[in-house]
Amino acid sequence: MNAPSITTTSSQDTAVPSRFNLGAALKDSAITALITLGLSIPILSYKTEQNGSDLFLRSRWELVAVICVGVFVLRLLMHAFLATRAARQAVPGPHQATEPVHAEPSAFQHVSKFAIPMFLGVALAFPAIIYLIQGSLNESRYWVDLGILILTYVMLGWGLNIVVGLAGLLDLGYVAFYAVGAYSYALLSTTFGLSFWICLPLAGILASFWGMILGFPVLRLRGDYLAIVTLAFGEIIRLVLINWVDLTNGGAGISSIPRVTFFGVPFTSGDDGFAALFGFDFNNMHRIIFLYYLILVLALVTNFVTMRLRKLPVGRAWEALREDEIACRSLGINTTNTKLTAFAIGAMFGGFAGSFFAVRQGFVSPESFNFLESAIILAIVVLGGMGSQIGVAIAAIVLVAGPEMLRNLTFLKAVFGESFDPNEYRLLLFGAGMVAMMVWRPRGLISEREPSVVLKERKAISGSLVKEGHG
Amino acid sequence: MDIFLQQLINGLTLGSIYGLIAIGYTMVFGIIGMVNFAHGDVFMLSAFIALIFFLILTTWLGISSIVLALLIVLVLSMILTSLWGWAIERIAYRPLRGSFRLAPLISAIGVSIFLSNFVQVAQGARNKPTAPMVRDVIVLYQSEAGYTVALSYKQIIIMLTTAVLLTIFWYLVQKTSLGRAQRACEQDRKMASLLGIDVDKTISLTFVIGAALASVAGTMYLLYYGVVSFADGFVPGVKAFTAAVLGGIGSLPGAVLGGLIIGLIETFWSAYFSIEYKDVAAFSILAIVLIFMPSGILGRPEVEKV
Repeated sequence: MNAPSITTTSSQDTAVPSRFNLGAALKDSAITALITLGLSIPILSYKTEQNGSDLFLRSRWELVAVICVGVFVLRLLMHAFLATRAARQAVPGPHQATEPVHAEPSAFQHVSKFAIPMFLGVALAFPAIIYLIQGSLNESRYWVDLGILILTYVMLGWGLNIVVGLAGLLDLGYVAFYAVGAYSYALLSTTFGLSFWICLPLAGILASFWGMILGFPVLRLRGDYLAIVTLAFGEIIRLVLINWVDLTNGGAGISSIPRVTFFGVPFTSGDDGFAALFGFDFNNMHRIIFLYYLILVLALVTNFVTMRLRKLPVGRAWEALREDEIACRSLGINTTNTKLTAFAIGAMFGGFAGSFFAVRQGFVSPESFNFLESAIILAIVVLGGMGSQIGVAIAAIVLVAGPEMLRNLTFLKAVFGESFDPNEYRLLLFGAGMVAMMVWRPRGLISEREPSVVLKERKAISGSLVKEGHG
Repeated sequence: MDIFLQQLINGLTLGSIYGLIAIGYTMVFGIIGMVNFAHGDVFMLSAFIALIFFLILTTWLGISSIVLALLIVLVLSMILTSLWGWAIERIAYRPLRGSFRLAPLISAIGVSIFLSNFVQVAQGARNKPTAPMVRDVIVLYQSEAGYTVALSYKQIIIMLTTAVLLTIFWYLVQKTSLGRAQRACEQDRKMASLLGIDVDKTISLTFVIGAALASVAGTMYLLYYGVVSFADGFVPGVKAFTAAVLGGIGSLPGAVLGGLIIGLIETFWSAYFSIEYKDVAAFSILAIVLIFMPSGILGRPEVEKV
């Protein structure tokens, strides 16, 4: 369709004839390599290293040379690929004149009928599957922990999806509500001794209360200003958490937060513990697996509530608001209230997730709630296609489990040397991925929409007709 | 009174650095209406480029004249940072023109994360301290209590460089054909392209100028604080953006004015209230300005078109 291409203007002009112009491609690749060389001076070619109090420089020209050659080859391959594709597309198809109103049922839609129950099934059986593969409870700990982490991000993604995907308000400070939830549980449980099951709803209420307080003044702002103000609020909350030492213990954080209980039964080895009560041998993994199911239930509740809300008048108003605010207002929808509900409900789920985070870690500190965390959650929503629930889940798996898998690839060490740590490159790839996503698939992995109202038959709506994030 | 005077000097110095960064925000916003979130990280990158050239010049080539070294570093860092600015626009923003409105902002956040982590991977996560380059101060006034009000050569260099570059830049935008093309694109991009202005080239040049001014700010930042780390782009970036909004986004004198005001507020806040909450103050000003006076001091109010 109208996928933007990244070729330069000159190569676009030459790409129309179907033959691959080697000379032009070589020249362009050489220029690209030269630009890369310019960009890597001096930031890549010299590394500053510390020796006592003095800095000294170490040359790394060989690295720059490798990168420049790599860029040259990649650019050349890209030209070859684009030329062959252009040759194939030179004969236009019969139906290319107009944009289809209804998207053809895509491969995804055929798959999604089976994919959603399958995902759910795998998620429910995950600890058992891992147990069978690994052979013992203790060895499956790593995988269950990873599952918990992914599900936390799925939940956060679904919560933010209400604000960004449905109501179309770009929120860069979502992590503030996550922090409010986490600190609510940490403070309420350590000072008043309240249990997790009482604090969970309280954390949600407090977070949505903060959502309303922060949301109210900013909602008349336009898209990108709204984004920046929410960013500012997110940072203010983090800085206050750092500096208000009396309440939050500052940057040192709050530790020894009470652990989760099985509805009042603690996961301890004592006689009144979970294991003794149900006649199991005590194992620390019981608690971890319980946490896994807890976050799974929380995430599914988020999903269920969102799906139901979409069908309620308020959900329809959100989507109408995202499509056209002025039309919305002239139809008599109270835009302030509509936006505020989206903010408050999104914040509430953030708060739940936060209080889950606190009970899992047993420790909270302001550093867990920096801007990067907001950016990661936003990236999950954007990558997932802003509004698509299953897309968000897939994106969370890709973005959270992907870097983790990178760490396990030992052959990378063989290629890049022993000191190579893929985790260092995680955020680098992450930032580049966000840009690439916007350039190639700005509508996310899954851009089709399920309509919330249908007359006779279900038809998916083409992503190009939806105005996400219009502001 | 003497504390006040000293803070005034410090605030104006800091404010000129913010003003230089703010121009990059305000010009880009004026011409394509996007918040270039990565601009703060371009500033941080330029400080690193300047740091490395300083080390090359002083330790390897043995140039002892600070003024000469500073000039060479400034020129080299401006050229290389401009290249970065150009490349970023080319790769991350140009393909998104005509996409939905928040796409460039999300892309810019990606660039910002990429840049800071690129510098972390390339140069290491630790702070990079340099030996103070300029130490001398001029004592302006000494009170009976022994408190001195001093104007350091560093501060003179920073304010002077800022003033000179702003004048050159002002001339460029007001008097040359490049500046005219730029102002035309700002008013109506389609009409400008119909009249034979290469819009893509003009937008690229805007990014190049913004990056060059950010690199001046980066060099001055390094000179002033003598330390830089990969995470230093975010907070000065947000403060400079605040300055741009406060001055009225899209207005060049507004950006400089806003920068000076933000610099002064920050130093006075640190001196008279609490240094811990100085960033909270900056972020609060950002929120307050955006909510209550989004068109800023010198900006034109925006008309919502249906």
